Amino acid sequence: MASLKDMRVRIAATKATQKITKAMQMVAASKLRRAQMAVEAARPYAERMGKVLGNIASSVTDINSAPKLLVGTGRDQTHLLVVCTAERGLCGPFNSAIVRMAREKLAEIKGAGKDVKILCVGRKGFDQLRRQHEKQIVETIELRGVRNIAFENAETIAKNIAARFETGEFDVCTLFYSRFKSVIAQIPTPLQVIPPLFPEKQAGAQADAAYEYEPDEIDILAELLPRNLAVQVFRALLENAASEQGARMSAMDNATRNAGDMIRKQTLKYNRTRQAMITKELIEIISGAEAL
Amino acid sequence: MATFHFELVSPQKLLFSGEVEQVDVPGTEGDFGVLAEHAPLVAIVKPGILTVHNAGTAEKIVVLGGFAEVSPKGLTVLADVATSTEDFDNAMIAAELKTMEEKVAQMEPGSALDREIARLDHFKTLQFELTGTALH
Repeated sequence: MASLKDMRVRIAATKATQKITKAMQMVAASKLRRAQMAVEAARPYAERMGKVLGNIASSVTDINSAPKLLVGTGRDQTHLLVVCTAERGLCGPFNSAIVRMAREKLAEIKGAGKDVKILCVGRKGFDQLRRQHEKQIVETIELRGVRNIAFENAETIAKNIAARFETGEFDVCTLFYSRFKSVIAQIPTPLQVIPPLFPEKQAGAQADAAYEYEPDEIDILAELLPRNLAVQVFRALLENAASEQGARMSAMDNATRNAGDMIRKQTLKYNRTRQAMITKELIEIISGAEAL
Repeated sequence: MATFHFELVSPQKLLFSGEVEQVDVPGTEGDFGVLAEHAPLVAIVKPGILTVHNAGTAEKIVVLGGFAEVSPKGLTVLADVATSTEDFDNAMIAAELKTMEEKVAQMEPGSALDREIARLDHFKTLQFELTGTALH
C-alpha cells in the first residue's frame, strides 16, 4: 500500500492538473466567444455568395464554354480531399471526428476505383493521416502562427487549390471541416467546392434567370469563382476555429470535473488511511501500557 | 416611393440589410443606380463609394471592389471591404496606394499588370473623392 506521503504527492499532482485544465477551459471559453462572433459574421457573406453563384450557374447560357471551376472537368477520376483540422490537440473528439469522416470518404472513393489526393490544413490532421496515407498527402499547410484567421490566409489556400486544379492534378475537390452548431455540438461536414454543388438547383429556379452581365459573363465568372473558393475556405476555417474552441471547452470542462472526482476519492482514501494508522498506534500504546 | 430589399455583406460581417429606395453602385463599366423592379443584373464593383438612399437620407459607404447582383428578390452587394465614409481611414488607403504602386513598378507587362493598373486608378479616384470636396 502507498505511504501517506505518496498519497499526498498524488493529490497535489491531481490538483495541479485540475488547475491547468480549468485554466485551459477558461481560455477556450474566451477565445470561443471571439471565434463564434467571427463565424457568425462571416456566414451571411458565404451564404449570399453561394446563392449568387447558384443563380448565375443556373442561367449560364453555354455549358461548354463555362469555366472549369464552375462545371468541373467532366470527369471525377481524381479527388482532392482538403482536410481542415486544428493545430493543437486536447480538444476532445474534434480532430479525430474530421479525420474519421475524411477516411470514410477516402475508402469510399478508393472502393470505386478512383484516385485520392489529400491536402492537410492544420498539423493534427496530418499527424493522424500520415501513418496510413503518407503517399497521398500532397501538401500540408500549417496555420501555427496565425492567431486570428484573416481572409488572406484563406485566399492563399484557395489559390493553392486553384493552381493545382489548373494543372489538372485533380477533378473534384471536397473540403472537410467541422461546422459549429453550438458549444456542445460540432458537426464534421464535407463540402464539395470544385465543382460547386448548389442545393436549390431545381427546375423552378430557371424562372428568375436571364441576367445581364456587366462586363460579360466570362469576366464575371473568372472573378467570382476563385473568390467563391476563397470564401468557402475562409468560412470552413472560421467554423473550424469556433468548433475547436467549443470542443476544447467541453473537453476541458469534463477533465476538470474528472479531476475533482479523483481528488475527492483520493482525499477520502488518504484520510481513512491516516485515521487507521492513528488508531493502530493508539491500540499499540494502550495494549503496551496494559501489559505493564 | 417603391422600396426593394438591399443587402451589403463583406467577408467580415453583414453591414446592411433592409428595405431601401435607391442604391448607387460603382460598377467597373460605370456607376449605376438601382431602383425597385430593376432588371436582373450581375456586375463587378470597383473600389468606390456606394450610396444608399432611403426616406430622403443618403448613406455613403466605401467599398473596395466586389460584386453586385440584382435579382427579382433584391440587390445583394458582396463587397471585399466595406466601411462607412465617416469611419474610413484615409491613411490606410494612402498606404495601400503606395504598396500597389510599388507592385505595379515591378510587374511584367501583361493582362495582370493592366488589371493592377486599373485597380490603382480606381483607388486614386476614390482617394480624390474622399479627401476632396466630394464628401458631401
